[in-house]
Amino acid sequence: MTTITSRGRGRGRHHVNLPAGIAGWVWLAVIVLPLYWILITSFKPQASYFTSNPLIPPTQPTFDNYRLVIENDFDRYFVNSVIVTVCAVIPAVLLSFMAAFAIVRGNSRFLRFSSRFLLLGLAIPLQATIIPLYLIIIRLHLYDTLLALILPSIAFSIPLSVLVLANFLRDVPNELFESMRLDGTSEWGTVWRLAFPLTRPAIATVLIYQGLVVWNGFLLPLVLTQSPNLRLLPLAIWSFQGQYSVNIPAVLAAVCLTTLPILVLYVIGRRQLVSGLSAGFGK
Amino acid sequence: MVLPALAFFTFFGAVPLVGVVILSMTDWPGFGALRGAGLSNWSSILQSSVMWHSLMLTFLVMGLTIVIQTPLALLLGVFTAGHQRYRAFLAVLYFLPLLLSAAAISAAYKALLDPNFGLAAGLGVPWLKQNWLGDPTLALGVVLFALAWQYIPFHTLIYQGGVRQIPRSLYEAASIDGAGTVRQFINITLPQLKYTIITSVTLMVVGSLTAFDLIYVLTGGGPGDSTRILALDMYKRGFQANQMGPASVVATILVVLGLCLALLLQRLGGKDASASQQEGL
Repeated sequence: MTTITSRGRGRGRHHVNLPAGIAGWVWLAVIVLPLYWILITSFKPQASYFTSNPLIPPTQPTFDNYRLVIENDFDRYFVNSVIVTVCAVIPAVLLSFMAAFAIVRGNSRFLRFSSRFLLLGLAIPLQATIIPLYLIIIRLHLYDTLLALILPSIAFSIPLSVLVLANFLRDVPNELFESMRLDGTSEWGTVWRLAFPLTRPAIATVLIYQGLVVWNGFLLPLVLTQSPNLRLLPLAIWSFQGQYSVNIPAVLAAVCLTTLPILVLYVIGRRQLVSGLSAGFGK
Repeated sequence: MVLPALAFFTFFGAVPLVGVVILSMTDWPGFGALRGAGLSNWSSILQSSVMWHSLMLTFLVMGLTIVIQTPLALLLGVFTAGHQRYRAFLAVLYFLPLLLSAAAISAAYKALLDPNFGLAAGLGVPWLKQNWLGDPTLALGVVLFALAWQYIPFHTLIYQGGVRQIPRSLYEAASIDGAGTVRQFINITLPQLKYTIITSVTLMVVGSLTAFDLIYVLTGGGPGDSTRILALDMYKRGFQANQMGPASVVATILVVLGLCLALLLQRLGGKDASASQQEGL
């Protein structure tokens, strides 16, 4: 008798939670079914799409939809997206790192003010500043250039990046900095030879998170560029759908193609990506 | 060393923030010169029934987003924080929507829900074959669903992190006292997650103020004005009707609303939360 109850309780402690398990699989269906449908449909010929069961994979998969998407200049949009993402995220993270280092190591009134000021950027919906930003970009004669997307993206990335990097740098033991100073290393040398390598995990995290934000951004390209040849991928999907709204397999091929690079990243560096996304928030 | 970052943020972040207030008192069609307009934009926007409708709709979307997403994300966060193999596997798949851009998600749902060419037409299920994006109520429902589908994974991630930081000893003590799974959830998990909940809700609030991409691609604010939340109201006035002045009034309302709600939620979290926030920098 006693053995039975204690075993029952023991099982409870090992979390065989049936309702939770069932709910977990139901939620999986909610998440995965649309993705599954997107993927299989993107390989269906447009003709057989209407006659086939939408949930059964195509019997003769075709790459025609992907060919159509690429013929519609998606290779160029891909290059644009890469240029903007790389040119925005790398400077943003370098500048944020320098700022975070100064804020953590220094203690002047100006630095305390700076950190408060940057923190403000976290509380404010920066998208709401798009109209003055548009005016500034026009007056700088940058309208309809990739630089018009890069510069604000750098600025928008800074507050969260500084927060995450500063939190990480704060955990570096002071003795390490002291010994560098005693060895006669300059402040500048300490930044790049000690702090930077030590902060590498946090830097990877921030790089990936901000990269995802810029890569998937929609409002800045929509407002600050105009020429078709300057489109980034999210904007390209939108206009592609406007043009081929009836050709659903092709629209879905465009969706798959633009997500592919990030999916590859997810497969390679899932841990970094996930910790990147929860960084600064998952307190 | 803080200067370059500060300069960038000032020029493209803080200056536009002040600029939005200044522009709200000018007339500017989006090109050419600016002309002062005093408070005329403010009085016309405050009398605009479309703006009030957008404001109420924004609050509705915000409220429903919190009510729908918080319990689901919280439970999923607790679920994925478990160390069972199958849960780790499910978590990998749960987070997939994080990878897609809002534009891609909207484009896919638009295709999926098309009454003539979408999933319903192929499956032949009559219930599915509705004009999802053509009916005002249904369109709002679709928007809420798509937002949940896109953002619940992100909030799940936040809760997962929060749950994993709860000391195990609390659960061990509780289970020695004979508390079951449900009791443990209510008496330990929920109170321990207080700050995580506040963080997540704050992000939902700010997010629904600026949820532009997804709604713009999915419905364009329509049909009629049935999904025209404030962010879309701002965009349409500014960049489609070329009235940057009134659009800036709407933008100012957005900024003020965002700041007030974020501060209010921080206050709700009590002293500890604001202290740890400042510690953050």
